[in-house]
Parts: sequence; C-alpha cells; structure tokens
Amino acid sequence: MEEVEKLRDTFRRGTTRSAKWRKGQLTSLLKLLTQNEIEICKALQQDLGKHHIEAYRDEVGLLVKSIKHALKNLNQWMAPVKAGVPLVAFPTSAALVPEPLGNVLIFSSWNYPFGLSLEPLVGALAAGNTAVVKPSETSPASSSLLAKLIPMYLDNKAIIVVEGGVVVCEQLLQRKWDLIFFTGNPKIGRLVMTAAAKHLTPVVLELGGKSPAVVDTLSSYRDRKVASARMVSAKWGSCNGQACAAVDYVLIDEKFASTWIVTLKSTLKTFYGDDPKQSNAISRIVNKHHYLRLKSLLADPRVSNSVVHGGGVDDDNMYIEPTILLDPPLDSEIMTEEIFGPLLPIITLKRIEESIEFINSRPKPLCLYVFTSRSALADKIVVETSSGSVTVNDATVQYAVDSLPFGGVGQSGFGRYHGKFSFDTFSHTKPILCRGFMFEVYSRYPPWNGSKLNFIKSVYAFNYWKLVLHLLGFGSSATT
Amino acid sequence: MISLTRSEAKLVLKELKSWMKPEKVSSSLATFPSSAEIVSEPLGVVLVISAWNYPILLSLNPLIGAIVAGNAVVLKPSEISPATSSLLATLIHEYLDNSAIRVVEGAVAETTALLEQKWDKIMYTGNGKVGRIVMSAAAKHLTPVILELGGKCPVIIDSDINLEVATRRIVVGKWGSNNGQACIAPDYIITEKSNAPKVVESFKSTLEKFYGKDPFESKDLSRIVNSNHFARLSNMLDDEKVCDKIVHGGQRDEKHLMIAPTLIQDAPMDSLVMSDEIFGPLLPIISVDKIDESFELINSRAKPLAAYLFTSDKKLEEKFVKSISAGGLLVNDTCLHLTISSLPFGGVGDSGIGAYHGKFSFDIFSHKKAVLRRSFGGDLSARYPPYTPRKQQFLKSLLALDILGILLVLIGWTKN
Repeated sequence: MEEVEKLRDTFRRGTTRSAKWRKGQLTSLLKLLTQNEIEICKALQQDLGKHHIEAYRDEVGLLVKSIKHALKNLNQWMAPVKAGVPLVAFPTSAALVPEPLGNVLIFSSWNYPFGLSLEPLVGALAAGNTAVVKPSETSPASSSLLAKLIPMYLDNKAIIVVEGGVVVCEQLLQRKWDLIFFTGNPKIGRLVMTAAAKHLTPVVLELGGKSPAVVDTLSSYRDRKVASARMVSAKWGSCNGQACAAVDYVLIDEKFASTWIVTLKSTLKTFYGDDPKQSNAISRIVNKHHYLRLKSLLADPRVSNSVVHGGGVDDDNMYIEPTILLDPPLDSEIMTEEIFGPLLPIITLKRIEESIEFINSRPKPLCLYVFTSRSALADKIVVETSSGSVTVNDATVQYAVDSLPFGGVGQSGFGRYHGKFSFDTFSHTKPILCRGFMFEVYSRYPPWNGSKLNFIKSVYAFNYWKLVLHLLGFGSSATT
Repeated sequence: MISLTRSEAKLVLKELKSWMKPEKVSSSLATFPSSAEIVSEPLGVVLVISAWNYPILLSLNPLIGAIVAGNAVVLKPSEISPATSSLLATLIHEYLDNSAIRVVEGAVAETTALLEQKWDKIMYTGNGKVGRIVMSAAAKHLTPVILELGGKCPVIIDSDINLEVATRRIVVGKWGSNNGQACIAPDYIITEKSNAPKVVESFKSTLEKFYGKDPFESKDLSRIVNSNHFARLSNMLDDEKVCDKIVHGGQRDEKHLMIAPTLIQDAPMDSLVMSDEIFGPLLPIISVDKIDESFELINSRAKPLAAYLFTSDKKLEEKFVKSISAGGLLVNDTCLHLTISSLPFGGVGDSGIGAYHGKFSFDIFSHKKAVLRRSFGGDLSARYPPYTPRKQQFLKSLLALDILGILLVLIGWTKN
C-alpha cells in the first residue's frame, strides 16, 4: 500500500501530464496486448472457458481498437477549447482546459477481466492520471497475468495492479482518490460510493440490470435468421450470458413467440451443435457460487415448468444448457433479478407496444435492444423509455462504437466512458477566463446607486443600447 | 444576482431547441452499416438543495437547468435565509407547474427526510461536511450527485501591475460579494514580501473609497448572516496566532452582526483563518519570497473552487494555468467567470463534483442515451460460432480497421 502513496508523488511531480508520457504508456499497453495475445487468451480460457476468438473479439481486439483511437485523437482531446464570451465582458478571453484528476482507482470485474480493467485504464492514461487497477479475484488467472504484465510494460511509478479480495478492496477504499471507477453489481456499487463520500471523491458506477430485447414480428425469414444470430451471439456468445450488456429477457408479441423460439433453437444448433456441452465456443459459468445461484433460479417449479428449450444441469461440470423459458411468472426471481447466465426468459405481450410500459415499470436497464423492421416502433421506444443505451436490430455491438458513450442510468449506474467520453470522465474540464487591466467600468463597484443597478441589469440582458447610453452618462430608468 | 438568473433563463429559452436535438455521431466500420446518435433525455425527479448566501441564484439557476432538461424538481431552499425561502415557496407555487415543481421548506429534519427518498439526481450547494452526508445518502439509492462546495480561493498578486485596478476588482469580489460570504469570494492573498506593504495600502484606500471611513455606516456591505457565523468569524479574529497581525479593520458589532473589512498580514498557516474556509469579511495576506512559490503553496492544499491571478506577465499566467488545479481560473479579475454561461461552473477535489450553467446545466441534468441503429443487412458470419481461424483473422482486421485485410479474408485469402 506504500506503493499507492508513491503514485501521488509521481502525479505531483507532473510526469503524467505530458502528451509524450501519455502516448508512450498507451503505446506500451498496445504492445502488452499484441505481444501477449496468446497468454491473455489462455488466462481467459482458464478463468471462464472463453474461446480464443470470443476472447479476441470482446477483449484484446476491442482494446487494441480503443488504444489506437485514443492515440490518434489524443492531441485533439488535450487541446484547450476556446469558449465564447459575451461582448459585455470585453476585453476577455475564455478557454476550457482539460487537466488530469490525479490518482484514480479502477475496480474491474471478473467477466471481462482484461476489457473492464484496461478500457477504463486507457481513459485514465490518456487523461494523464496515475492509476491503481484492482482486477477481480474471481478470475484469478487473468488477475495474476495483469499483475505480471503491467509492471513489465507500463510506468511502475504511475500505474500499479493491486490484487486481492474483500479486505484489499476495503483498504483501498479507505484511501483518498481523485476518482473511483467501478464495474460490478449495485450492492458493491453502494459500498464504493458510500466510501467515496467520506473523501468527496467522484465515482463512476458501471452496473448492470435486466437488459431487455424487444422483438417485433419479423415477417421475413432472412430478417429472423439475422436477428436470431445477433441475439444468440449477444446472450450465449457473450461470456455465456455473464455480461452486463447481454440480453437478459425477450419481450415479444404472443402470436410471434413460437416462431421466434423455433428460430432461436435453430441458431443455437448452428452455433453450438446438437450438444452445446461439447462446443468449445461457449464460455463456462465462472464458479460454484454463480452456478448454484443460476440453478436456484430454475428450482422454482413455476419456472422449471416454463422451460421450452434446454434446462439441463450438470453439477460435476458446473454446466447449464442454453435455456429458453416461455412466460415464467413475473414475480419469480428469474424475472426480478439480473440473470447473468445462460437462461433466456421470453415474455409474451398482447401487443408489442405494451413493451414500453413493461420496461418503464422496472428499473432502468443498462441496454435496451429492439429488433424490428418498423423504424416507427424503434423511434417510439427510443423516445418513451429510458436506458443506458438503445441498439436497434443488433445487441452488444454498441460497446464497440467509440463515438457512443457507454454507461448506465438509474439502477444501471452513472458516468460514461469509451473514446472521448473516457478522456472526459478522467479529466477535469477547467475553465479559464483572462482579462486585461484596460477598460474599467466603475458601475461594477460600490458605493451603489440606482444608475449602477440599471447598468448591471442592462449587462445581464445584453442590452447594448442601454449600455452605451449608460457609458455616455445617460442612466435611463430601469424597466427591464 | 436576480439579473444573472434572468440572463440564464433567457439563454436557455433561446438555445433549448438546439440542445434537445439528438446529436448524430459517426459510427464505426466494425458495426457497418449503422447510424449512431446521442439522445438527451430527462433523468426523472431531481432534488435541489440550495444555500443561504445567494438564496435566489443558487436555487433558481439549478432549477432552470433541471427544468430545461425536462425533469420534475423539488427545491429545498436554505432555512438560514428564511425570508427568501418563504418568498420562493410562494412565488414558485404561483408561477410554475405545481404538479412538477415543488418547494419544500425546512431545516435538518426536513432535509434528512428528503434525502431518504429515491431521487434521480441530487444537487447540493453548501459545505463539504453536509456534502458528505448528501453523497452517503445518495449512495443508498445509487443516485448521482452534484456537489457545489467551496474552499479557500486564493488570489496571487504579482508585482508590477496596475494595483489600483487589481485591488478594486478583489474588493468587489470579496466584500462586494455578500461581504465575503460567497463560495468564490477571494479567501486569501499571496504576494511577494516586497510588494505586501503596497498591496495593504492599496486595499485600505479602495475600501475607504467604496465603504467610507466607517464601514459600519455604509449601506453597501451585507451583514453576517446570523450569530453562529458571527461567532465563528470572531473566533478566527480572536485566535492568538493572528490577533497581532491585523493591519486594518477588526472592529465588530455583535448587535448588528457586522464585522469591518479586515486585513490580516502574514497569518501563520496553522491559524484558523488559514486552515478553514473564511466565508466572511476577513482577508489574510500571505507573503512569499518569490511569486513562483505561491503555486506550491496552493497545490499543497485542497483544490479550491476558484483561483485568481493578477499579473501582466504572460509566462506567469501560463504557469498558473498549467500548474494550478481549481474549479475555475480567472486572470486579472475575480468572480466574473461565474457570469459567463459558456464556462462550466463547479469544483474539483474538495471543492465539489459536477459543473453547471448554460449548456452544462442541461447536460448534467440529462442522461446522454447512446442509440445505435442497424438494419438486418451486412451481417458478418465471422462474429458467430463455430469459430475458425479465418474468422479470427477477419475480426482482427476489422477491429484494426485494416480494410485490405478485411477484403482479403472476404475473398478467401488469409493475410499473414
């Protein structure tokens, strides 16, 4: 923990402020990823059974893309932005200067142990901060690989990895930070924010929630195939549903439900074969605790009766089949808690427009997905619901778009990152106003009188005519 | 302050339409074909807890931001300015939509009850102690907070400047801003030892010009808000570390809650007046050997809400901008940055979280919703299992935006 104190000294010395240092670190991080791709994918295989391609697509590849984007745009992000000043303040110039916040703490999560550690770190480094990364102990191979690689590639005086469990987290949280960036669940999110409040530290909370997918009736077979591939990929293909952006449940017109289930089943078969247990393209459930949690969701007989596909469990291998459920009761745990696993409930509605009320009567989700060929329905959902993001006709890919902010609202968190938004989140935008000693207006100063009041009123109303009159010595009576 | 609020209201009326428009952004090749936009949507129901020193401005400016972003609002004015609080309650009820905008009056008990509710955003203006309580309460419901706090705002006065103009601008920012009871009022001065006597003289003569020989006779000075604050400020003056350092003022009138504009030369750093935020008519003047030392002095303390520099030296100005971290910086004037709606107003570190005014108010009371739209065309099988080495090569090229690589894979060649 003394190391953490040293970071503060590094920041005070100003090392991390220069564009050169920031670019150097980002370039090294890029090297870390490209030179250790195999080892990283191995760790992900070990922790989560993630296929090499999935690991590349969702972690290494995305990070490489983000770092390149940051390197390309850093000069522009760092440049002060001129701000407009009203004529009444003449002669004055104003600018917004981004500056690093200081020493930041990044709490990462086990499901994307590299992505969710390093994507925030890219922002922290681009903005010129020193940082402590605390990977999740639930993915131990990834955590120890990060702890091994980061000191080899990055500036040890500015970036360190602290490994550990609850005790270490508590120790870290007792300290004063300039920003805490947390990815995880709301329960821990509350603890993090409460600890941050003691030091008035700003926090970013990247939480999850039940992200719904609204599926409109798709009349074209081809559209159904594409939509279904995208949904299956966003559920079982994203760490086997253990992703904050994964589809949690489906809302669908009751008349279209059976067609949709048939389509999903056929996609599952194409992707994972007749026995998905044999497939190497599906991640496993992270640990026993989560396996038992998911199994207990199915234990409720009202829920198990609603299974229309899969449902098989294997205690020895902590394996749960890709499972589709049709209309499990809305008060069952599977519909009140975030699932974070390979179970997909499908909830039928009389009319697909009822999905809006359904979504609005629950906590705001991190992501909302709409599959439809009617843009009017998509527009209506965008306007009438609230969520971290809305993606139309695809799922989880919004995470890859640098120009879009990623983050939640309400129960799904607050604060946003990715691309320029990461830079902004890890920066303080400092306004600077510069004036000269010329052009003194004495009406700003006491002793106060009626004419000075009129002057001030005209200034704030930008009433230039009255200002000129005033400066010429005609203090007209105040009417505005 | 009323005019300032009106000016903000006029600005938002003019700009509202353009702020509310979804912002189109470019989407990436990786999700081609697609279109992306950022939609601003209201957060929901927000709580604004205001302060007593600018009870109208610090209530209505946040209120404007919350309303313009489309939220319902509960406003809790400060009970320490009771006349303004009850006026706000009456007027807001008369003029605004009561089904969406409410004023709740009260003190600690009422505020505690309000903080137990779930809000979509809480904006608090006040001190760090209560700020911590507000943020802890917000944590229970995962509610984001804006904390507008204060801190000790330093003023660096360089030598070789037009001292008359400088002191005038500092005096109006200090005693002319609610008698120093303002979060951005100059808290203390730093100047070179050799310059200090001139600075003190200049302050004395400006103070006399503005407020006369006997400041207690002047109608242009606000009084100390209440006896608690009067006692707090008296304590600072009675501190044995500073009582022999008072070079101007120091008179008190407890009955009328008046304290004369007071200059304290070279107060030790561990004195009350230099360790706590002053928030009143006392102004310590700290001298350093060289003006550059002032940067270190400021940086060794908590980050202030505002920092001021008076200089004609461009190099010093650059260094100031580069090395001083504060909510806002202002060169050659005080407090004016608050009035410029193109500048975000807010703190950093101990001076607060989040910034507002103008478009920044709209943004901070809005959720920026990412919207990505795709069609069912342009689907890439490389995204899906069963996974093959060719698919991996394709993904690599795609994420690296290597167009040649993408084309090669599409026509069946793998690039090495």
